[in-house]
Amino acid sequence: MELLQQIFIEPFVLIADIPDLFVQTIWEGFVSGILYALIALGFVLIFKASGVFNFAQGIMVVFAALALVSLHTKFGVPAWIALLMVIGIMGLLAMGIERIVLRPLVGQPDAILLMATIGLTLFLQGAGETIFGGEPQSMITEELGLPTGATDWEVLGGRVTFQHIDVAAIVIAGLMVAGLALFFSKTRIGRALRAVADDHQAALSVGISLNQIWVIVWFAAGIVALVTGIMWGARSDVSFALEVIALKALAVLILGGFTSIPGAIVGGLIIGIGEKVFEVYWGGIFGGGTEAWFAYVLALIFLLFRPQGLFGEKIIERV
Amino acid sequence: MFYREAGQFKTSYKADQAIFPILQDRVGLGLIIVLALLVPLFGSDFLINSFMIPFLIFALASIGLNILTGYCGQLSLGTGAFMGVGAYSCYKLATIFPEVNILVHILLSGFFAAGIGCIFGLPSLRIKGLYLAITTLAAQFFLEWCFIRIPWLYNYNDSGAIEVPTRTLLGTPITGPSSTPSVRYYVILALIIFLAWIASNLIRGRIGRSWMMIRDMDIAAELMGIKPLNAKLSAFAVSSYFCGVAGALMVFMWLGAAEVESFSINVSFQVLFMVIIGGMGSLIGCFLGAAFIFGLPIFVRALPDQIGVAINASTVDHISRMVIGALIIFFLIVEPHGFARLWQIVKEKLRNWPFPYG
Repeated sequence: MELLQQIFIEPFVLIADIPDLFVQTIWEGFVSGILYALIALGFVLIFKASGVFNFAQGIMVVFAALALVSLHTKFGVPAWIALLMVIGIMGLLAMGIERIVLRPLVGQPDAILLMATIGLTLFLQGAGETIFGGEPQSMITEELGLPTGATDWEVLGGRVTFQHIDVAAIVIAGLMVAGLALFFSKTRIGRALRAVADDHQAALSVGISLNQIWVIVWFAAGIVALVTGIMWGARSDVSFALEVIALKALAVLILGGFTSIPGAIVGGLIIGIGEKVFEVYWGGIFGGGTEAWFAYVLALIFLLFRPQGLFGEKIIERV
Repeated sequence: MFYREAGQFKTSYKADQAIFPILQDRVGLGLIIVLALLVPLFGSDFLINSFMIPFLIFALASIGLNILTGYCGQLSLGTGAFMGVGAYSCYKLATIFPEVNILVHILLSGFFAAGIGCIFGLPSLRIKGLYLAITTLAAQFFLEWCFIRIPWLYNYNDSGAIEVPTRTLLGTPITGPSSTPSVRYYVILALIIFLAWIASNLIRGRIGRSWMMIRDMDIAAELMGIKPLNAKLSAFAVSSYFCGVAGALMVFMWLGAAEVESFSINVSFQVLFMVIIGGMGSLIGCFLGAAFIFGLPIFVRALPDQIGVAINASTVDHISRMVIGALIIFFLIVEPHGFARLWQIVKEKLRNWPFPYG
């Protein structure tokens, strides 16, 4: 009885009593949800175009952010030029991955491709540590011209803190998603990408080069990774611990469906807000630390009822 | 020439169904077992403790995962957590019933892992492939959290780690700090031979064939009277049993003490690599894969010392990770079917030699 009260009554009383805490929680969850969504977006881009489940997206985020910071602090390259150079590095990386890893493995089962991207994860991890060092570093937020500081707003009789960098993150993420959507729907390459996503063989038969498309999507995923890395690095440090957090994007994918960009965003927000609210209001019952598994368990329960995800285009293979 | 079945006639049903019907297989296996028994006589304690023992334990875990992934076609990333369930339940059993022999506990602890595996195997009835792989991540992270947040599991001690008590078998200590590596090695070797024999018989039998039918085409299997519920959940149960025993062995016979990090997601990946590099759906592949994936980092780390180049330890660690990643990709490209396929090719060559074709 006491447990029922703890689950069904006390959290809501708390919400009604201190509404500004609730708003703050939702805001925090919203921001981290956007970042989960960005990582999931990288997965979706690659999965749509090549059917590869890119496990290395998380490490690409770390790699891009580390490269940016190190170029600036260790090699003294000005921030904006470093940014351009990292974009170049991600392009080279995309070409290398396509040429060396993907092309020889075309047509292999999903599990083999997944393993190859896990191998890639190890490689990038080792390469990043060797070249840039393994220590956590702080993001060069100010040098890139990103806002810092915070504003307190009066909300519902209390105060809610908004970090400027969080607001910037949401604006930039929104711009990037809009840009990607325009790119996909209006440009020639974007249409080719969608054709490949629909049907590989039909796309090949009308003269679309699969290899070229793969380089482009991996490059696009690399850019998304760079933006994610900058935003996440500005909120905490740039370190390899980020990679474990990136695994949560997998749960986001389950919610949103593997092939849907809106799904990735909505899924990310649901997971981000859900885990924060659950941890603050219900976490005490479980002894805290529920953020480690909430996303996955939510995805697990969700799968039992709607296996194709919120916006999944087609029903996945069911048994 | 060297590996010919010709002339080995089977005169009874029993001989036809024997586990090793070919003479050369029996001789080869006998040689391998004799060599394995001789290792402690020639090898140093370092070799046994840091390669042979973990290699056998990980081979057992790979057999567990291979049953699920290679034979039943269900991808799982929760191996590390299932190993953890085995280890923690073995620890609890050993503290609650200290008078019972530790080997009994190790074998029993697998059943707890099997139960948990069944629960987390339930989603496999509705989904498969990569989606299933992600739901097994739920098992991984939820169980890891349980190992930290439920103090009862580690007897409320302050460190949060499980310490292995000293237990004896026939008067000789086999677990704990006072046991010698050779003794532990022999105990593990005996257990692995026993469990691998069980696994190979399970796979050859009715239940194993039902797993393979589900893997190859689930709808056809269902039409032929295989119940997917039974086949899939039994695969999860058996697989988790083997993983659980491997986890218990890992803590009790190798590490001596363990925290939650010993069962992290990296262990799951490591075992999955062993299965894929070794060969899906092959028992010998489990051993080859485990030897390769576990041996490679040791070899790569030892290499700079051997050739006399002085590099500091952390750099070696980073570079070795890079090399291992690259080698894994290389092996996947060169032979996606793993070492088991290479072994088959070798057997074929031996059969036909000196002719190129049979």
